[in-house]
Amino acid sequence: MEMDERQLRLDGNAAAGLLQEVFVHELTVARGACATCGAVGEMGAQHLYMTPRSPGAVLRCHVCESVLMVVVHAGGRFRLGLRGLAWIEMQDEASTS
Amino acid sequence: MAGTALQRRLIWRTAKVVALVEETSRVRSLELAVPGWPGHRAGQHVDVRLTADDGYQAERSYSIASAPGAAERLALTVERLDDGEVSPYLAGELRPGDLLELRGPIGGYFVWDVAMGGPLLLVAGGSGICPLMAMLRLRQAAGSAVPTRLLYSSRSFDDVIYRDELDRLVAMGPGLTVIHTLTRDQPEGWAGLHRRIDTEMLTTVAWPPAERPLIFVCGPTPLVESVAESLVQLGHEPTRIKTERFGPTGG
Amino acid sequence: MGFVSRAFKGRPRDQSRDARLPPGQYLVRDFPVLSAGPTPHTPLAGWSFSVDGEVDVEKHWTWEELRALPSETVKRDIHCVTKWSKLDTTWEGVSVDTLLEGIETAADYVMAFCDGGYTTNLPLEDLTGGKAWIAFAFDGQPLESQHGGPARLLVPHLYFWKSAKWVRGLRLMNEDSPGFWETYGYHMYGDPWQEQRYSGD
Repeated sequence: MEMDERQLRLDGNAAAGLLQEVFVHELTVARGACATCGAVGEMGAQHLYMTPRSPGAVLRCHVCESVLMVVVHAGGRFRLGLRGLAWIEMQDEASTS
Repeated sequence: MAGTALQRRLIWRTAKVVALVEETSRVRSLELAVPGWPGHRAGQHVDVRLTADDGYQAERSYSIASAPGAAERLALTVERLDDGEVSPYLAGELRPGDLLELRGPIGGYFVWDVAMGGPLLLVAGGSGICPLMAMLRLRQAAGSAVPTRLLYSSRSFDDVIYRDELDRLVAMGPGLTVIHTLTRDQPEGWAGLHRRIDTEMLTTVAWPPAERPLIFVCGPTPLVESVAESLVQLGHEPTRIKTERFGPTGG
Repeated sequence: MGFVSRAFKGRPRDQSRDARLPPGQYLVRDFPVLSAGPTPHTPLAGWSFSVDGEVDVEKHWTWEELRALPSETVKRDIHCVTKWSKLDTTWEGVSVDTLLEGIETAADYVMAFCDGGYTTNLPLEDLTGGKAWIAFAFDGQPLESQHGGPARLLVPHLYFWKSAKWVRGLRLMNEDSPGFWETYGYHMYGDPWQEQRYSGD
């Protein structure tokens, strides 16, 4: 029985634990802009391709499916590819202005 | 402020299984005691890690099903998947007194706090009900009257997780409606919905877009994507629809 | 001894001293589906395979032309960098040697490129001499799209991320250059017998 790619797709939110190992700010509520099509959205709403037996996590733009971010946690390292993001933005909770 | 997005480093904690609840023939809830548990928000999940005696490890994420507030306690609900690696252990072998490694709480995106208000539309497929149940339990515990509707798709009456508790929550009121749809088979005399969630069903159940409901959809990926797409087509704002896809096997 | 989950066995796996298992691998019986993106669905009418880059003349084949080439059935073991291995997998495909016949090149390296944008790099030497195929069938059946169909690169002597799914061509290069996973830290070569999983191994 064939599985279509929709079934394999998760939300960016499912990468929250992986990203929490690296960043202080919660990235799934950060906003980012796709460097390819310009779409802006919360990281948690993007498309995530990640399974327990895959080499890494690939976050893709929910509009154009271009790669936004790649996270490889292997060999005692975290390597992040961020080329697909034009920018990423998080709230400064400490700011009073 | 509904909870800072600044977070502490995730650490693995050892949880002890305090009680097991057989929700359905395939679904079991685990009540866990977790020393040092920092608390959580409704909708967040934990990563559970199992280690075999040869050192092999398997890790999976599970939504926290209990409401925030119980000190150093949380509940997970696990569906036993036939071809699963972790779920047959959690929903099968595990006994009270056993220890589990878990880390969390994780995820600030798919969360609901009472302060976020409503109206609240929750759409669940199968075990996708779990994070939404944490939201409903929170709503009840906080005495919130936020107008809330749950549309819950299950294969059959016996597959409805938390069936009795949902009836009780509705009876306790006010402002909560639960609509079930049973897609594979129905008990005799069933007068409710008996098909997969479609645009027509959502039109009937959901508030009109002008009400700007907060919408949470959770379950197997194909259901979540189809529901989210229908809701957008009906005119709901995409930024007010939060999805949690469980992947091919639903969790 | 660290934490052990009482009575947890995990997926059926065998880490026996089987000489056919490279170091650190487990034997599995299922065929895991992994992906870095959505499954492409190129209609066969629009499908083509190319050999281009540092070559005297580029070559292209339509699906029909590819299928008209001599093909062979091979049985090989496959090893994924995430530690699972499957023994005796059966594939049918066109040998890369057949596709490179008559092509003149001084290049030593190849970038395989695929629908969906995936790439992986290999030395040309590892694609020739009966070591690689463009495979269109697995286990006697047409290759399913979730496993790379209509055709994938098959290079079983290297970690399986090099066996690129949805392959559309081979680009010959003078210098080695990292493909998708290699850019994100995986080994440029990937020999399972030397456990070359990550750069620096």
